[in-house]
Amino acid sequence: MILQGNSWKFGDDISTDHIAPGRLFHLRSNLPELAKHVLVDAREDFAPNVKKGDFVVAGSNFGLGSSREHAPTIIKIAGVSAVIAKSFARIFFRNCVNIGLPAIIADTDKIDEGDKLEVELSAGVINNVTKGIKLTFSPLPDVMTRILADGGLVEHIKKNQGFNL
Amino acid sequence: MGKTIVEKIISAHTGKEVSAGDFVVADVDVVLAQDGTGPLAVRQIEKMGFDTAALPEKTVLFLDHAAPSPKKELSNDHITLRNFARKTGVQVSDIGDGVCHQVIPEKYLNPGEILIGADSHTCTGGALGAFATGMGSTDVGVGIAMGKTWLRVPETFLFRITGEFQKGVYPKDLILHIIGTIGADGATYKAMEFAGPAIKAMEMTDRMTLSNMAVEAGAKCGLIASDAVTKTFLVERGRGDKFVSITADEDAVYEKVFDIDVSGLKPTISFPHKVDNTRTIDSPDCAGVKIDQVFIGTCTNGRIKDLRIAAGMLKGRKRHPDTRLIVTPASREIYGQALEEGVLKIFNDFGASINTPGCGACVGVHQGALGDGERCLATQNRNFQGRMGNTKGFIYLASPAVAAATAIEGVIADPRKYL
Ligand code: SF4
Repeated sequence: MILQGNSWKFGDDISTDHIAPGRLFHLRSNLPELAKHVLVDAREDFAPNVKKGDFVVAGSNFGLGSSREHAPTIIKIAGVSAVIAKSFARIFFRNCVNIGLPAIIADTDKIDEGDKLEVELSAGVINNVTKGIKLTFSPLPDVMTRILADGGLVEHIKKNQGFNL
Repeated sequence: MGKTIVEKIISAHTGKEVSAGDFVVADVDVVLAQDGTGPLAVRQIEKMGFDTAALPEKTVLFLDHAAPSPKKELSNDHITLRNFARKTGVQVSDIGDGVCHQVIPEKYLNPGEILIGADSHTCTGGALGAFATGMGSTDVGVGIAMGKTWLRVPETFLFRITGEFQKGVYPKDLILHIIGTIGADGATYKAMEFAGPAIKAMEMTDRMTLSNMAVEAGAKCGLIASDAVTKTFLVERGRGDKFVSITADEDAVYEKVFDIDVSGLKPTISFPHKVDNTRTIDSPDCAGVKIDQVFIGTCTNGRIKDLRIAAGMLKGRKRHPDTRLIVTPASREIYGQALEEGVLKIFNDFGASINTPGCGACVGVHQGALGDGERCLATQNRNFQGRMGNTKGFIYLASPAVAAATAIEGVIADPRKYL
């Protein structure tokens, strides 16, 4: 599958508080509504303008902080096809796998705001169409690949009546 | 080859010998979710088609982040959790009972056990010699329903801590110093293990402060071997029979070893908006920084010893007129002790606002949101932008002693002159 869209660029250390702030705690059981504010505390122009298929592209330690799974979930609901960062915080990365949002580790210095990207997940390639360059990334560990392939952890458990890792 | 603490605990929960890098499915002993993450966990459990809990006696849903609820949406989330508990027999820790990471060691967690929690600071439980780690709602939903989780066994960074703390310097300063040194992602995916004579000499309350903040360096857990101090903590809570000795082998393999002598540490402060953005109190950056709100509480430093230290400094003094003080004991047990000892009276006489045990102002839901441009000095673990309810607020992290001194002077202040 090839994912296509444009890049939205973020810096280092984007926390789950930036993505899904505590002051919007009361919207956590209304995820479509919360998604209208996704990443609001990092970039106010993101949520109103993001297009289906676009990419969140960031520096290091993306998703640090709280375990709130609402953070990757609303990024997915907003239509983002993948998050690409230099590195991820542990819980956020695992949550992405569980909810079926691709989280890709790559050298994002080679991607600028607005660049048109095509990502081939299975091949581990990001094609920066705007710049005419290709970036590569390593596949996930097997366990995570299996969960993602089933469409996330809920589907994995349903399909296998438990873990089948 | 010897094993680290985390390798030993996970091995005991998978029925085979595991080492760092292995992927396993492990049995869990205790599961927690809170009112921010629990409702989503419940919905995921329903989606998976489960209607029972695997460990109802050791699964706890905490109403602590919005306690008492400030909004109808959050009250409805509480209803979701209460109904799930009625249906499955899992435990509810109600409003006023306290922050999950304080109540779990007080009532539920024992050395050698595995705790997974839908809250990043679940790592606090590592102080008891348990493998305790934070996860998302779906993972924890699976844990609630099946009593199992999948894990990658982490490599361990060993922190060998020696020396004696100088007056006015506390384990909070040590952990801020460590994070300031290795960075907010300095231990990502790793287990942190704290050991050495200074840890042996440390009370459980202080060990919990260290383990609590392991996640602020990106770590999966913050482990401390169980010992006589652990045993006393359990005995005092009627669980002495649950004590087991959990230690690393002499020849355990560590990915990195850090040696830290605490004798040279000074009161340390994390500046906005990152935990690793630390300064010591004598830095010129700390001079004259006006503080609008001081907050003493949370799963990091809202325990009785923390309250006693602050109250000891505040006794007979008045708060600075431009600085408000919010105090939130971390649990009902602590609130009760503080009440009995007269600690709450000292805070009240000083001019503090005292909140219901729980998370309080920490997460920006209520009970202390910042105004535009305001600065807060807090004993919590995180100072991310927007954390306390306002992106235009500024949060400084420090020990309860620095917090108390600051509430007196209205600017970031050195506690040592009040001790
Ligand atoms: S006190 Fe703060 S850090 Fe601790 S669990 Fe509550 S919100 Fe999280």
